Amino acid sequence: MAPILNIQNLYKSYGSVEILKDINVTIEPGDFLVLVGPSGCGKSTLLNCIAGLEPITGGSIDIGGQDMTHVSPKDRNIAMVFQSYALYPTMSVAKNITFGMKVRGVNATMQAEKLAEVAKQLQIEPLLQRRPAQLSGGQRQRVAMGRALVRDPKLFLFDEPLSNLDAKLRVEMRTEMKKLHQKLNASIVYVTHDQIEAMTLATKIVVMKGGVIQQIGTPSEIYNKPANLFVADFMGSPAMNLIPARVHKDASGSRIEIEREDGQSLVLNDAHHTNLPEDVIIGLRPEDIAEAGYRQGDDVQSAVCLVDVVEPAGADTYVVSKLGGKEVTARLHAETNATPGGNLTFAFDLAKVSYFAPKTGERLN
Amino acid sequence: MTDMPHPKAKTSSLSKTVLRWLLYIILCLFALYYLMPLFVMLTTSLKSLEEIRTGSLISLPRDITFDAWKTAWSGACTGIQCEGLRPYFWNSIQLAIPAVLISTLIGALNGYVVAQWRFKGANLIFSMMLFGCFIPFQVVLLPMARMLGLMGVAGTIPGLIFVHVIYGIGFTTLFFRNYYVTIPHELVKAAKVDGAGFFRIFWSIFLPLSLPIVVVTVIWQFTQIWNDFLFGVSFSQAGTQPVTVALNNIVNSTTGVKEYNVDMAAAIIAALPTLLVYVVAGKYFIRGLTAGSVKG
Ligand SMILES: Nc1ncnc2c1ncn2[C@@H]1O[C@H](COP(=O)(O)OP(=O)(O)O)[C@@H](O)[C@H]1O
Ligand SMILES: [Mg+2]
Repeated sequence: MAPILNIQNLYKSYGSVEILKDINVTIEPGDFLVLVGPSGCGKSTLLNCIAGLEPITGGSIDIGGQDMTHVSPKDRNIAMVFQSYALYPTMSVAKNITFGMKVRGVNATMQAEKLAEVAKQLQIEPLLQRRPAQLSGGQRQRVAMGRALVRDPKLFLFDEPLSNLDAKLRVEMRTEMKKLHQKLNASIVYVTHDQIEAMTLATKIVVMKGGVIQQIGTPSEIYNKPANLFVADFMGSPAMNLIPARVHKDASGSRIEIEREDGQSLVLNDAHHTNLPEDVIIGLRPEDIAEAGYRQGDDVQSAVCLVDVVEPAGADTYVVSKLGGKEVTARLHAETNATPGGNLTFAFDLAKVSYFAPKTGERLN
Repeated sequence: MTDMPHPKAKTSSLSKTVLRWLLYIILCLFALYYLMPLFVMLTTSLKSLEEIRTGSLISLPRDITFDAWKTAWSGACTGIQCEGLRPYFWNSIQLAIPAVLISTLIGALNGYVVAQWRFKGANLIFSMMLFGCFIPFQVVLLPMARMLGLMGVAGTIPGLIFVHVIYGIGFTTLFFRNYYVTIPHELVKAAKVDGAGFFRIFWSIFLPLSLPIVVVTVIWQFTQIWNDFLFGVSFSQAGTQPVTVALNNIVNSTTGVKEYNVDMAAAIIAALPTLLVYVVAGKYFIRGLTAGSVKG
């Protein structure tokens, strides 16, 4: 089966400013692709290019196996939800949802049927006669979704649809979005700057920075094997610990030496990675640093460190210690005895360790 | 914070009331000052010539008579003809209504294009239109006369409509453009994805949003066009003069005794339509001037 969306070597400039550089993305039917990256990295621009709302400077866009590079938005068989929702202010909710069908000359009975179906699905039946100004943020968001769903397109495009909602509603809508995707088995491109949203929703994540794709992969690939320092730092909360270290090779593998303020360096032995350069940045997720005795495995190594800060967070307790000149966060169990200023034996689990080159930021293992 | 009334709050609320009343009194004085000429016009128009000659300018009329109004409307002489303002009033209506409607519609379309369909050179075109607002009337008189001649509409009402539409487009475009730039671009994008085209989006989405600014534009254009004298006197001929020109002729061409009461009545008649427009649509005018963006 042809991919639903196939973007090849896409470039986009505004005047002389290059906004998107050599974008290549493919999604299969039923994929939930999340474009994630910091504000201003070109996510909305890319989405607008896919929709045909912005002409592209180079490359091609196929949708549903057809070349759509120069096709106008209305003929691309897409539906889009905008960040501001862009509801038509003078039309009722019902008219907002049916406007597209009306423009396309769908007959009135069909319109009414579709409207009823979508209204039921999104539970907005009581709102149909209201104007957008009379709706709450969450309700507007639903109406915007309805306007997209009613079209039954090949591809849905969502531009930060949850970013205008308050935190609680955002989490609720996130779950609902996921349910909707599973139910409809729709193909979706979803833009967000929120990495948690990306992790929870995506079947496939594209991480962008400055108009360049940094990594494409499943949520677990992105999380466990970040392609570079940017992805490692951007995805995950609290962020991955990125600690400068020196590598000494010996018969049993690599000895990783991390400097500490008291002059006594911390040494970890990694038997699996034998061809590391001398200077590396070692990446460890907070959950890969535990309290000694609470983590077993072949790659777990213990070391005593000075505890700087203890932050209880309910289910877990975050403990900060200083290693290699960086604040390193460990995620311990809630009942830990760690005290600020005291010593604690940590268990470093190297099973999921990442190494990066300090200069280029690229992943080494 | 507590709910206890602060002693200081009481005195300050008292001084606030005093200040407020002072403000009202001053405003009333200003209003009276501005209303004075209208008062004099109205009373004079209701007096007989005899009474005007003998009485004081600001006294109330002793016997109210509408003779002057009758004369102004249908009997006063504008040169050799003595048909009053009536035919010219009708000319002005025939002229103002199409000119206002056409210039408003074109302004709305222009504003929509410049604000929402930014194309290469859009800003330049808009700046040039803006510049058009500041060209003094006198500068365009000769070229315009030549052009009307070439078009074969010199001295006709359609010719005058054309002149007013051209001269008004700068302003109407400015009004609509400033209103439409406050509307998020995502609205047009959403409509495009929905399948609507240029005119459909204008008609179904932007025009329905535009009532406040339409009112502002209509009032502005109507006042400009109805009150215009220079274009009217330059580009009309005997049968097509607008009411302002006729008013001037009535006031200036009376021979013998100056009929102040007729002049005043004629002036009020000539000004009535603009007054009416303000009274009917005034509240929208203020609202439209201050209307900001449209909440999605
Ligand atoms: N119409 C435009 N003209 C010029 N530059 C633009 C335009 N639209 C967006 N940009 C620039 O493109 C970059 C990417 O914008 P955008 O795609 O909106 O970022 P994101 O959605 O990732 O926050 C920004 O630096 C922005 O300033
Ligand atoms: Mg954006």
